[in-house]
Amino acid sequence: MEIIVFYLFAAIAVIAALGVVGLRNPVYAALCLAVVFVSFAGLYVLLSAPFIAVAQVMIYAGAILILFVFVIMLLSPPVDQGEGALKWQKPLALGFVGALAVQLVLVLALAVLPSARGSLTPEVIAQRGDVQVVGAALFSDYLLPFEMTSLLLLVAIVGVIVLAKKR
Amino acid sequence: MTLEPWLITVIEALIKVLVVIVVLLTGFAYLTLVERYVVAKIQSRVGPNRVGAAGGIAWLQPIADAVKMIMKEDFWPAQADKVTYTLAPGIAVATALLAWAVIPLNPAITVFGYTINFYIADVNVALLFLLAVGSLGIYGIVLGGWGSNNKYSMLGALRSTAQMISYEISLGLALVGVLMISGSLSLVKIVEQQSFWWFVFFQPVGFVIYFIAAVAEVNRLPFDLPEAETELVAGYQTEYSSLKFALFYMAEYINMITVSAIASTMFLGGYQGPFGILPGAHWLILKILFFIFVMMWMRGTLPRFRYDQLMRFGWKVLLPLALANIFVTAVVLVLIGK
Amino acid sequence: MNLDLNLQVIAPALIVALSLLLVLLGEVFLPASQRRWLGYLALIGLLGAAVVAAMLWGANLSGFGKMVVADAFGLFLTLIILLGAALSVLLAFDFVRAHQLDTGEFFALVLSAVVGMIGMVTATDLIVIFLALELLSLPLYVLAAFKRADKRSLEAGLKYFLLGAFASAFFLYGIAFVFGGTGTTNLGRIAAVLGASPRSDVALVGMGLLGVGFAFKVALVPFHWWTPDVYEGAPTVVTAFMSVAVKAAAFGAFFRVFLVALPELAADWRALLAVIAVLTMTLGNVAALLQSNVKRMLAYSSIAHAGYILIALVAMGVNGAGSALFYLLAYTLTNLGAFGAVIALSDGTRERLELNDFAGVAKAQPLVAAALTILLLSLAGFPPFAGFTGKFFIFGAAVESGWAWLAVIGVLNSLISAYFYLRPVVQMYMVEPAGGWNRLRVAPFVAFVLAIAVIGVLALGIVPAPVIALASGGFLK
Repeated sequence: MEIIVFYLFAAIAVIAALGVVGLRNPVYAALCLAVVFVSFAGLYVLLSAPFIAVAQVMIYAGAILILFVFVIMLLSPPVDQGEGALKWQKPLALGFVGALAVQLVLVLALAVLPSARGSLTPEVIAQRGDVQVVGAALFSDYLLPFEMTSLLLLVAIVGVIVLAKKR
Repeated sequence: MTLEPWLITVIEALIKVLVVIVVLLTGFAYLTLVERYVVAKIQSRVGPNRVGAAGGIAWLQPIADAVKMIMKEDFWPAQADKVTYTLAPGIAVATALLAWAVIPLNPAITVFGYTINFYIADVNVALLFLLAVGSLGIYGIVLGGWGSNNKYSMLGALRSTAQMISYEISLGLALVGVLMISGSLSLVKIVEQQSFWWFVFFQPVGFVIYFIAAVAEVNRLPFDLPEAETELVAGYQTEYSSLKFALFYMAEYINMITVSAIASTMFLGGYQGPFGILPGAHWLILKILFFIFVMMWMRGTLPRFRYDQLMRFGWKVLLPLALANIFVTAVVLVLIGK
Repeated sequence: MNLDLNLQVIAPALIVALSLLLVLLGEVFLPASQRRWLGYLALIGLLGAAVVAAMLWGANLSGFGKMVVADAFGLFLTLIILLGAALSVLLAFDFVRAHQLDTGEFFALVLSAVVGMIGMVTATDLIVIFLALELLSLPLYVLAAFKRADKRSLEAGLKYFLLGAFASAFFLYGIAFVFGGTGTTNLGRIAAVLGASPRSDVALVGMGLLGVGFAFKVALVPFHWWTPDVYEGAPTVVTAFMSVAVKAAAFGAFFRVFLVALPELAADWRALLAVIAVLTMTLGNVAALLQSNVKRMLAYSSIAHAGYILIALVAMGVNGAGSALFYLLAYTLTNLGAFGAVIALSDGTRERLELNDFAGVAKAQPLVAAALTILLLSLAGFPPFAGFTGKFFIFGAAVESGWAWLAVIGVLNSLISAYFYLRPVVQMYMVEPAGGWNRLRVAPFVAFVLAIAVIGVLALGIVPAPVIALASGGFLK
């Protein structure tokens, strides 16, 4: 049962991801990205991480991507006709990407991933509650990265205002 | 023949889904009627009194409206983007309905040794689920506005996106106060904790912020700039007609019911009644109707914000207030040692 | 779950972060005429952080569940970064006013970049390194585009942002693979896992991607394309700051990740990095030969210097890391001094950046010309200046660890570089000025920076022993 759902979400995610890079209309590409995010959320639920799943939908699909769409609509760029200055780069890029993809797939297919797991097994998470576990980890083990992120966001806001404000 | 347990679960879930959808759609239909009466009374008019009228109330008016909607021409703007134009109303309704998966309607009851829970799913991130689904609802509006290929639709969609994203933050933060007290994100647990003291007594500021932000979220007056008819015709709905228009309309009303239900659940004890009288869905419905009435009342009496006022109010008043509310709540919780 | 709140370890970064917040508040509440005080505030924060970093020396603290350490390696780099930032702030005082840039935001962004840099060189966890990398990069993207009226500055910011975001993505992907291969993001534990288990191809892929991310940041060939355009377009002070401090921070993390976490894979990355070092040195120096714009020339020269420092990484060991630290210190003083001289020769209305702008400087500004000459000679690697001793230590480390051919190529490259470093000198001393040179008043802060740079370059060149001893003591354990 779980495996079927996994393949379903995985297939949707891959197809939509191909749509993101393949579709010429930027709005469609953004929508495909939203589909990717939502199917990833589905995968996270399967991994018994509902908090990450919901956060994924809320933050990526609901906030960040909406701003993408917003900007795309405001600028209304012309639909990409597939021409332009970068003619000979395209096959080259495809070649490199293809080589990288083959390499990654081969490595992952042949790899023996470490089976060691941390202290947070699905049972522990189920018992203590997913959100509680994430919250406790954020404010203890990962306190430093958490606080660094807050500084990072502050700097990002300052930077954006500097660039965007009127003279 | 005995049914497998998982089959029973599936069937039970399907029945619940069906019931919730039917109730919501009927509710939507009759809310349009209620709104017309409420606004009519505020403006000293009579309101609908022809179709199937009995006792001064046009009972069959919603059905007549529905038939009219269905019979109307399904208009396609020539330059519209077919895919997004069609998809948009569907997304709007689907996300509006999805929220009801996690709202508890009634305490569990046991029939013939079988316990029935009156919610579709009790996930421990239910509240976040509501917010996530709510944030997806914006797609319906954005795509509708963009797909119509009409500058009024577009402007309306942009306005509403900006407005909803801005107010979503205050909305979420207003609920954080409740979370800090309840210590759970599960709506079922939150309701169960309010059997005597409703959270509105501990979180009056959060409640007010939530309600204001919720009104803005559903684009109702005085925050209905996305469809300000004097400036933007009908905003993102301008080009829509027939069933697609009806779907948008439906989504808007269901969203009203949803935010009212969340307000009732989070702040007014959900299905919990005072002193244990009449426990159950009656109370939830009454509370929802109360909020909806207030929204209609506001529509009948308040003028519309100007756009810059709306943004300034959201970012410079509601958001700091919501943050201060969280801060004070945290300090008090630490002081009383909870 | 353990709350390892050892604030001492991150005290230098905390002090800088605090002064960053104070500068931001000052920008809001001070009237425009008083905002120059924000520069002093930034300076005080940097000096305070330096004092604290010096006090932590030798204590070898670690904190936050071994996510950060204050070991000698990290503290030495922290001091280099603080020195570079402080000198850049001094250069910026008059520059910001002359070019009408937003004072408070400018210093705030510089300080936040410094916080990120300190984080990068003291972090021992890939997550923290990544966040620090972002904290370092974001303000620099904005700083590169800070002269919003200037199209080239905006272009520089956009280019830097796009390629930097790309690099971050590679880096993050690499972290994911390393985590997948080892099950941890802590550098020490990664090494332990890799040492205990058979060769992990997944971690190897991760290593490659991490290397690409670092290569972007320190501008190694073939990931250097952004450097000339960004260095040329960004405001000169920002270029000066970027060219030294980012290099120190990124190389710090580069060394720490590869020497602490991935020594087991050294057989794989050593040869690869050696090839990249050769390409980087050669391409940087040859391209610098062709430039007529001094900022572009210094950009290519910074690429070449990244190549030299990479030799130290290939050499590994105490000598490798120690010589790299010494080189970074020497490079910081020299390069900032050189940019300081370029700033000293410009005024608010015109920047003198083309090679023939330097004609006859020796007559109009003999002291600045002399300082620039010393600094350029040091960059080229002439004795008795710091650049020479730095290269001497690096090539020495390479020879000792059996990479003599790499050292030979490095020496050959130094010879090439002498040609383009001497071109401005020739212009200054031997060509008659084309236009009239009205005597510029060199701002006292800029003169101070030049003096420090020249004294430092001479001191490091003549008596390097105490500093190289400190730097080698800072080897990662």
